[in-house]
Amino acid sequence: MKAFTVCEGIAAPLMRDNIDTDMIVRVERIAQLGRGQFAPWAFEMARYQADGAEDRSFILNQPPFRDAQILLSGANFGCGSSREMAVWALEEFGIRCVIAQSFGDIFYANCLQNGLLPIRLDGAQIESLAKPALIGERLRVDLRTRTIQAPGIDQIAFDFPDDRREALLEGIDEIDQTMKLNARILAFQRNDAVTRPWVYVQR
Amino acid sequence: MAKTLFDKIWDQHVIEELPGGVSLLHVDRHLMHELTSVAAIRQLEARGAKVHDPSLTFATLDHVISTRPGRTAGDEAWSTIAIKTLREQTGRLSITRFDVDDGRQGIVHVIGPELGLTLPGVLLVCADSHTCTHGALGAIAFGIGSTEQVHVLATQTIRQKRPKTLRVRFEGATRPGVEAKDMILYLIGALGTSGGTGYAIEYAGQAIRALPVEARLTLCNLSIELGAKIGMIAPDDVTFAYIEGRDYAPAGAALDKAIAQWRELASTDDAVFDKEITIDATLIRPQITWGTSPEHVIAIDAQVPDPLSEPDPVRRESLKTALAYMQLTPGQRLDQTPIDRVFIGSCTNSRLSDLRNAAQVVKGRHVAAHVTAWVVPGSIEVKRDAEREGLDQIFLDAGFEWREPGCSMCVGANGDMVGPGERCVSTSNRNFVGRQGPGALTHLASPRVAAASAIAGRIAMLAGEEEAEVGA
Repeated sequence: MKAFTVCEGIAAPLMRDNIDTDMIVRVERIAQLGRGQFAPWAFEMARYQADGAEDRSFILNQPPFRDAQILLSGANFGCGSSREMAVWALEEFGIRCVIAQSFGDIFYANCLQNGLLPIRLDGAQIESLAKPALIGERLRVDLRTRTIQAPGIDQIAFDFPDDRREALLEGIDEIDQTMKLNARILAFQRNDAVTRPWVYVQR
Repeated sequence: MAKTLFDKIWDQHVIEELPGGVSLLHVDRHLMHELTSVAAIRQLEARGAKVHDPSLTFATLDHVISTRPGRTAGDEAWSTIAIKTLREQTGRLSITRFDVDDGRQGIVHVIGPELGLTLPGVLLVCADSHTCTHGALGAIAFGIGSTEQVHVLATQTIRQKRPKTLRVRFEGATRPGVEAKDMILYLIGALGTSGGTGYAIEYAGQAIRALPVEARLTLCNLSIELGAKIGMIAPDDVTFAYIEGRDYAPAGAALDKAIAQWRELASTDDAVFDKEITIDATLIRPQITWGTSPEHVIAIDAQVPDPLSEPDPVRRESLKTALAYMQLTPGQRLDQTPIDRVFIGSCTNSRLSDLRNAAQVVKGRHVAAHVTAWVVPGSIEVKRDAEREGLDQIFLDAGFEWREPGCSMCVGANGDMVGPGERCVSTSNRNFVGRQGPGALTHLASPRVAAASAIAGRIAMLAGEEEAEVGA
């Protein structure tokens, strides 16, 4: 997994609640494209008009936000479908951090699997970040110190669990970690097959 | 000892407590479908890892498979390739696949319970958010992402933080014509789409106990639309009767022994939940969504909201945007609104009882001339059972299309889509912008309401509802 330490960049405010993963990447794209091909299709329904031309009124089509590395949003960001391609599409577009009031549970977990930093802040704090962001000021998100800095406002501290922070800072691969526990897994299964034989399908 | 249903099952699956409050949990059932699994298996193989337990891993084809009569794969080259790839992968890795030619294909959340793979007390995952459906049998079941799926394939385990618990009691008896779909849409309307975020929900109370298993599956299916990855119902005699005789379920003495264990799973009387909510089920009337989020829901003859009466500016703007997308006027009623499409299907409402409910409304009547109406059964088994009862003929006589099983128009991944600007009453689970196709206008409702609307050619109340309202 890609490590995350510091991200300093343009932040695009998408100040709406309930941005769902269908909105972030459509099902046709996830069915027909692979990792590395999603950048043009992130937020496609908002980014393009029916004739395929860019919709200039959408913030991610406007300079400097088309180079955004941070998204600011409302409540329940990433609700809906479990598609990890929503995280891939954001990441391939260039987003490294999403700051929102709350996240869909599955989307949040998928972010952590891909080194994309999801930060929860309250609405007023996000509004205060949106002000400098909207005039093109860069935000600095530092996971080491769990702080966000922006010109003209006080530094904001954010909560982030220690274990998750460590995993992101080091880019730890959980699959490798768990594979090392295989002896424990096999022992669990041996015991479990005695108490819950109906779990283990014999065919 | 005080323990919830959720706690009991969770604790049985902990292999190891990891730092940071993360548990390493055993996965008893891993279900897969072609939309997400082809890439996950590729990633697994690229790492040089093996499937840890092929015998606990099961695949089917539902998202991109064609639903045309006589289909064998996709409608297009890319979807046929995806299907062919999953067939090769599952063959190579000795993973059981339920396919068209063996008569067991279907939507993954329909066939899991149908085949007896979903059992009380299991921990079941699938790279699909509607995996919460399976909790209806008293399982912990939740959707995962692609990387987590590779983790499950490689280790038969998943790392999770324990969610908080929420009990929702539906007290009192529901009125006639009110379905499980109405109950859960009503709850989403009350709590909002993030009301369950971070929680595992247990549904309880008189109106839940009264539901047959298929209706419980519908109810739990929409837990994710509350933001909850997990929704569950304590297993009872209704559950055990449903399970008996299914392909992968234990039988004979083994079943008796399993049932004895499953009876112990219910939350103890003194169990403590992080949050409790009670809903008066007698107040629930048939529901329909008006907007672009499942929380945009009202009783079928109620008025859509007026953004001007919403004090919060962000919410006011989102109501305005949703009304504009749906081409509705603030304060208008939805019944009488003309429609173009009706879709009866999806992992929410494509089981035999759903088709029976719809057929009962449709029987002897005809779909309005301007409406295209589809029935897409949830599995080959559902389709076979429905045909045995003659339900296919009722739908065909009424002018519905009777199609082959798959996710179809719920998500449009296979090309089954609602056209731009077309208005569809759908029994599916998401009315997000463009969910059923770019520019599609979706109204979520129960099979009965969808069927009545197909006949009327407009969003329609059920016969008897008008009098019920006057009497109420």
